[in-house]
Amino acid sequence: MGRVLAVIIWILTLGSVALFTTRKWWFPTAISEHAAALDRQFLITIIVVGIAFTAAQIGLGYTLWRYRDDASRPRATYTHGSSRLEVIWTIITAVVFIGLAVMGQSVWASLHFNQAPAGAYQVEAVAQQFQWNFHYAGKDGVFGRTDPKLIDDSTLNFVGLDEADPNARDDAVTTALAIPAGRPVEMILRSKDVIHNFWVPQLRFKQDLVPGMAIRVHFTANTPGKYELACAELCGQLHFKMRSYMLVLPEAEHRVLIALTQEQFQTRMGELLAKYQLPVSGE
Amino acid sequence: MAVEAHESVHRHEPPKGFIRKYIFSLDHKVIGIQYILLALIAVVVGMAMSLLMRLNLSWPGTSWPVLETLFPGGAPGGVMNPEFYLSLVTMHGTMMVFFVLTTAPQGGFGNYFLPIQIGAEDMAFPFLNMMSFWVTFVGFVVLLSAIFFSGAESTIGPIGGWTGYAPLSALGQIAGPGQGMGMNLWVISIAIFCVGSLLGALNFITTLLNMRTRGMSLMRMPLTCWAWFTTAVLALLSFPVLLGGGILLLLDRVAHTSFFIPAGLYVSGVLSGTQESFPLHTGGSPILWQHLFWFFGHPEVYIAILPGMGATSHILSTFARKPVFGYRAMVFAIFAIGLLGFFVWGHHMFISGMSPYSAMTFSILTLSIGVPSAVKTFNWLGTLWGGKIRFTTPMLFALGFVSLFVAGGITGLVLGQTSLDLPMHDTYFVLAHFHLVMGVASIFGMFAATYFWFPKMFGRFMNEPLGKIHFWITFVGVYCIFVPMHTMGMVGMPRRFAQFTEYEFLKTLHPLVMFVSIAAIITILAQLLFYANLVWSLFRGRRAEDNPWEATTLEWTTATPPPHDNFAGLLPTVYRGPYEFAVPGAPNDYVMQTEPGSEVTSGDGHEGHRH
Repeated sequence: MGRVLAVIIWILTLGSVALFTTRKWWFPTAISEHAAALDRQFLITIIVVGIAFTAAQIGLGYTLWRYRDDASRPRATYTHGSSRLEVIWTIITAVVFIGLAVMGQSVWASLHFNQAPAGAYQVEAVAQQFQWNFHYAGKDGVFGRTDPKLIDDSTLNFVGLDEADPNARDDAVTTALAIPAGRPVEMILRSKDVIHNFWVPQLRFKQDLVPGMAIRVHFTANTPGKYELACAELCGQLHFKMRSYMLVLPEAEHRVLIALTQEQFQTRMGELLAKYQLPVSGE
Repeated sequence: MAVEAHESVHRHEPPKGFIRKYIFSLDHKVIGIQYILLALIAVVVGMAMSLLMRLNLSWPGTSWPVLETLFPGGAPGGVMNPEFYLSLVTMHGTMMVFFVLTTAPQGGFGNYFLPIQIGAEDMAFPFLNMMSFWVTFVGFVVLLSAIFFSGAESTIGPIGGWTGYAPLSALGQIAGPGQGMGMNLWVISIAIFCVGSLLGALNFITTLLNMRTRGMSLMRMPLTCWAWFTTAVLALLSFPVLLGGGILLLLDRVAHTSFFIPAGLYVSGVLSGTQESFPLHTGGSPILWQHLFWFFGHPEVYIAILPGMGATSHILSTFARKPVFGYRAMVFAIFAIGLLGFFVWGHHMFISGMSPYSAMTFSILTLSIGVPSAVKTFNWLGTLWGGKIRFTTPMLFALGFVSLFVAGGITGLVLGQTSLDLPMHDTYFVLAHFHLVMGVASIFGMFAATYFWFPKMFGRFMNEPLGKIHFWITFVGVYCIFVPMHTMGMVGMPRRFAQFTEYEFLKTLHPLVMFVSIAAIITILAQLLFYANLVWSLFRGRRAEDNPWEATTLEWTTATPPPHDNFAGLLPTVYRGPYEFAVPGAPNDYVMQTEPGSEVTSGDGHEGHRH
């Protein structure tokens, strides 16, 4: 029985490790500047995790294999432990685990401990149940005034833009996100109703959009293309359909886009969404 | 059994009436069994829900006519709709976390065996004990009623996940299906559960501190008692916070207060305060709910797993025929986990909009909690090392616990890092992690405990071959279910999606989704073996002696099943530590705690031989 269990534990361990090492299912190819460091940190961590997991399971299987209740020994070894061993393995795990924890802060710090760099492109996201709205400041680079009292979904004023504000005249609001490639982007994240979450797997970035808060985050996307944007925080009945696209455009193309008027902007956005293709699934 | 000559014998007889004996019983053993029965019922409900969820994810759009009969609103034409799926998610989580993982390990086995293992006649407050069960039972009934509360909404229950994040959970019907009366009942059920758990926790702590028998010093207690005690302390400190949070959430819902609802919300086409359907709210904080919830929610994870750790240590030592390796280290590790467990709740909230600096602090504390967890694993391996292992069914499940605890716990090293949480948060990677460690490992601890203590509780063994088949299928099954979920999470699959058909990037995962569903169906069906075994063994199982496993602790010194007052009026005296196996020079390979004399070592949990 013990040997069977040992072998099964080893097979399950091997299978689990194989699932990770074959990389048949893995992260999609990253497109953001911070992703390389993040992916490296993941790899280091998963290697440490994999070694610890394998060692523990092999060790467990080994004890079962070796220390069956057989006639070779009259009794088990009588011991209550070893202070030395306790100290050794406590120190080793503490160093490894806390070391990982400290290393695991660097990408986080680069994204969250600083303001967006000067010259970052600003865009506002206003989420609502099952729809994304993105508010672009237009040519002047200044967002028009918004007010919850002016929100009216029936007239398509999803973000409550004040048409009377001169700064609002060149603003555009669309359901898809377009950002420039290779330039830092600062997003101002808001929600109209419940908590949503901005999640683009290729971006390796996720942030809640919390009603009552305007959360500023920044990142840089490098690779032009079209990517799926999902809501990753349960927001109600059609949460699984709260999908949109993030377009990462070459800077020139993006500059042309944001200089357009609201109507032209919508048309151009449609063309761009048709022009760019999603990355092939599994890459 | 050693009896002091001067001790007077005064037996307590059980009450005669059926109701006082079995229903409103003050006997901790009956109450323990009631808790276990409650968990056995709740887990069937929770499992049935996970089965439905897997069916919906793997075969979306398929018509299951029986569902239309049961839930006309949730499955019109027999096809599950998204709101039905989401209420299944919510109810599955709530049912499992509260009414299975918190009841059986602590209220069930803890209630039954803590007083016996410390040599007490009953709990300190038997009436409080009875109250705690019946209050919990009322909470269960209220939660069940939330499932079936369809009413005007076309859903079968609340939608919010077991975490019930505000403001979705606070806004009421304006926020869509699943936010009406079902959600009120969900909040009320949890509040009731909190009260029941508090009563239980007070009782456990008092009993353990005040009612240990002569010679039962703290460091001679079985590790199970340390685990139940620490769990009770965690419950005492964390449940009041959830109770408070629940009451505030209910006030937001029914009294239109604004604890968790900020100003200026625009929901379903209505601005807050402009229509009667959506009254004015102003000044609340959605993140406050998350702090209150997770201040409870993280210790809750340890409330679920610590008793399983205790049972595993206990059972590993018994069947390895060897003292627990590093008893003191094990006690300190339990304490360390309990203490650190209160300072890591923010790791659920890295991306919530909380300060990124607090996130860093929580992250480092979170990875620190891996240290005592690793220490426990090393000591379990140390206990097995050099043993003479008997592979009984309870031992198999305890060994399964160790394997699964490692498999599930170790990915905490990934999720606990702020940077890596960016891609991992709210994906299937998280789902895999906590199901393995908090769900499946804890359940394995409870299976081990059931197979181990069943002979003491009912005087009959559970069927061994059936138990072993149950183990093999379940052990392999849970690996097949939960390991692939890690890779799904890496690809980016989000939790709580009713369907995965909407996204291109998820299409590649279809084979894994199917594999997991099939593994889940087989594993769930295998649990029928366990239920069959329980019922069969109750009447037909092989009869058990007082100490059938040749174990050392006090529950094995008394009759099988134990009399109403546990020791028939003669409280035992304890002379040594709890796990004196393989003592050199002793006649048997086990020395019971009640065996007097100093010809063998003290075994007070000290390391090495000390006299």
